[in-house]
Amino acid sequence: MSSLRQGAVTGAVIGLFWAFVIAVTVSVTLSFASGLGFRPGSLGCLILGLGGGMASIYLRDARLVMSGFILLCFVLMFTPLSPILFQENVPVLWQLMAVVSFGLFMIWPLTLMLVEAHPGPLTRHAFEDAVIRFLTGFGYIVFTAAVLIPFYVMVMTSLKSQQALLRNPLDFSIELSRGWDLFRSYTELFGQFNFGSYLWTSFYVSVLTVLITLLFSVPGAYAVARLRFKGRAAFSRSILLIYMVPMIVLALPIYITFSMTGLRNTIPGLLMIYPVTTIPVALYMLQGYFRGLPGEVEEAGLMDGLSRLQVIWKITLPLSLPAMVSVSLYVFMIAWNEFLLAFMLLDDPSKFTLTRGVAMLNSSEIPRQHLMAGAVIATIPIMALFLGLERFMTKGLTAGSVKG
Amino acid sequence: MTVPTPPTTRGALERREARLAWSLLLPTITIVSLVIILPLLAIFWISFKPVGLADLRPVAPVIRESLRERSGEMVIEYRVRNSSQQKEIVGLGFTDTLHDGVTPGALPEQCSVEGGALRCDFGDVEGGFNERIRIPVTLDGDLETLEAIVEGTEPSGYGVGDNILTNSEFTLENFARIFDGDEFWSVLWATVFYTVFGTIGALVVGLFAALLLNKSFRGKGVLRGLYLFPYVSPIIAVAFTWVTLLDPFSGSLNALLIQMGVVESPINFFGQRPLALIMVTVFEIWRYFPLSFLFILARMQSIDTDMYEAADMDGASPFQKFWYLSLPMLLGILSVLFLLRFIWTFNKFDDIFLLTGGNAGTRTLTVNVYEQAFAISNIGAGAAVAVVIFATLLLFSFFFFKYISQEEGL
Repeated sequence: MSSLRQGAVTGAVIGLFWAFVIAVTVSVTLSFASGLGFRPGSLGCLILGLGGGMASIYLRDARLVMSGFILLCFVLMFTPLSPILFQENVPVLWQLMAVVSFGLFMIWPLTLMLVEAHPGPLTRHAFEDAVIRFLTGFGYIVFTAAVLIPFYVMVMTSLKSQQALLRNPLDFSIELSRGWDLFRSYTELFGQFNFGSYLWTSFYVSVLTVLITLLFSVPGAYAVARLRFKGRAAFSRSILLIYMVPMIVLALPIYITFSMTGLRNTIPGLLMIYPVTTIPVALYMLQGYFRGLPGEVEEAGLMDGLSRLQVIWKITLPLSLPAMVSVSLYVFMIAWNEFLLAFMLLDDPSKFTLTRGVAMLNSSEIPRQHLMAGAVIATIPIMALFLGLERFMTKGLTAGSVKG
Repeated sequence: MTVPTPPTTRGALERREARLAWSLLLPTITIVSLVIILPLLAIFWISFKPVGLADLRPVAPVIRESLRERSGEMVIEYRVRNSSQQKEIVGLGFTDTLHDGVTPGALPEQCSVEGGALRCDFGDVEGGFNERIRIPVTLDGDLETLEAIVEGTEPSGYGVGDNILTNSEFTLENFARIFDGDEFWSVLWATVFYTVFGTIGALVVGLFAALLLNKSFRGKGVLRGLYLFPYVSPIIAVAFTWVTLLDPFSGSLNALLIQMGVVESPINFFGQRPLALIMVTVFEIWRYFPLSFLFILARMQSIDTDMYEAADMDGASPFQKFWYLSLPMLLGILSVLFLLRFIWTFNKFDDIFLLTGGNAGTRTLTVNVYEQAFAISNIGAGAAVAVVIFATLLLFSFFFFKYISQEEGL
């Protein structure tokens, strides 16, 4: 441990790890962007990593280290010691871009990571600081890649043609020459597969679910939060208990009942079930918020002759507008994303919701890019809503937590 | 002088408040019992029933009517059928209106005419019963219009079919079936693996993500929004994207791994044991880390910074600050998240169903419900699995309440 805490050793080890991280990142990014063959070169990374780490420790002039390092990368590009190796068909311009971006993203963060390190033994503080900076950089790359790559693949696949996908599954470059034909999967989905109607069904089912949920949960939440009655504590606990019941257990009897009563394949049937899955959580979130509101305002209203229902309508609801938006968004998201019930209860393609429609596309006869285009269509509205109202959405997501 | 004491009985105001509370809660209680409690009771009932998917169609008489010419004379032909091949119908028969201009001739022995209506009785019939009744008629009028009139009215059939869901036949075979053999153990193993590692993984990864974003820098809001993407987008979209990405033949990830020289031949991520189970667990972690991330970050930001300043003064190193200061503060939210996520992961169905369909050793208990009920068409066995799930959950919630009531002060 103590030998690791020598400035030179710390610099070299962190430099080595970081070189590999960056080489893999650059290779993967450029492969996904161009479909060409890039891969990290172990020997080059070893030399450049150790060298870069040492240089950042011993040469304190950051500008000198950086320019020298990038120059070295450029020189090594023409030797087998290049940090990024290329297949024969990679144009020189791409090679240059790969190596220079490796050099830049390698040495610039590295000098920042090792800013507190120096030659000789390091204090525990300086050492851990360097390690934490390295882990932070590593974390940003890993998390961003893990989240972005699937979504990138989803969007790009939907824009490809079947032949192009089979020829090179890695090539996600957009063939701009195809013009509007790029969106062929989408036009076919809306034209032949009726996705416009699925979009509409999903939309009004989700909105109605939100309305019905609020209609039931607002009075319930108010009662639990404000009114004193026997069994209040037991009630507020059992709300959470209901949230623990798995949908698949309920789906079976619901399927049987709906089959026998002819409610299967109907939207009203769906609308009988969806709100019930969201009422408990909405009630729980709202009662938490109602409790935080000052009771004095409501008491003043009561003194002035309002009835309890008028108090809810004229005082509590306007005060809790932000919470209502959060809850509505959360419920909308649950209803929009719901898959299991739609899958089990809807067979008739004219009544599909969007998720059920996308599930239909998962067949060997329908090309993959159609499936991905369907996925994009299902994702975009909820993403737009999420990005536009992120503040409310995150509040909605966390509102279930009582602490924190 | 009397000492004033608080009232021991409930006053009128208090009673009125309680009444109002219950009336506000009544709609919720009603609808929740209808859609949640009732099905839960039903699942217990069904789990003891020998019922298959085909039994859901009720046993009932099916009657078709047609007016046609047969060997020179006009007949009305009724085709009477039992909809079930196995179950009997008690007191099968039908009635039909006789129209003006249609006069029946010699009636078969089962049939009689009463006041302008034809009535035929067949008594109790076996499953697979199928008979034609021909009644010779003399027509008075245009053939085509009479045909339209006769065939326009539906004969109404009657008879009581035995309904497997409501009769008194019970069996333990469903439970014997699902507990039988190696299959149950492999299902249980998949469930335990998926639940334990999925939960812990999502928590730990969420904790790392929260640590990354627990400082202010430019672009923090963007990253926070980005890290929530997996959780917010529809399960069906992300699951199919993963399937496409990891496909052994046309998947980009395999192409990438081969190009980088990591593997020789493509890996079938979702198709081979035990990799498939690991991959669905990784997917679970990927999709649900944002939730724990969000909760943990919220808790971190509410920790008082004075404490860290004091620790800095005392010369604590960053890891020491995390281990001795942050972690103890986060323990409460971590344990609550663990309990919640544990139960939700245990309940998860969609993810595995969409990724592997429960193949290659990824069949958890919830997927098994679907598998038994719909793939093997044995509703009873599916219900039995559901009962096992429910019993396990009751056990969990016992611990949950014992623990969380101290944690949350609910």
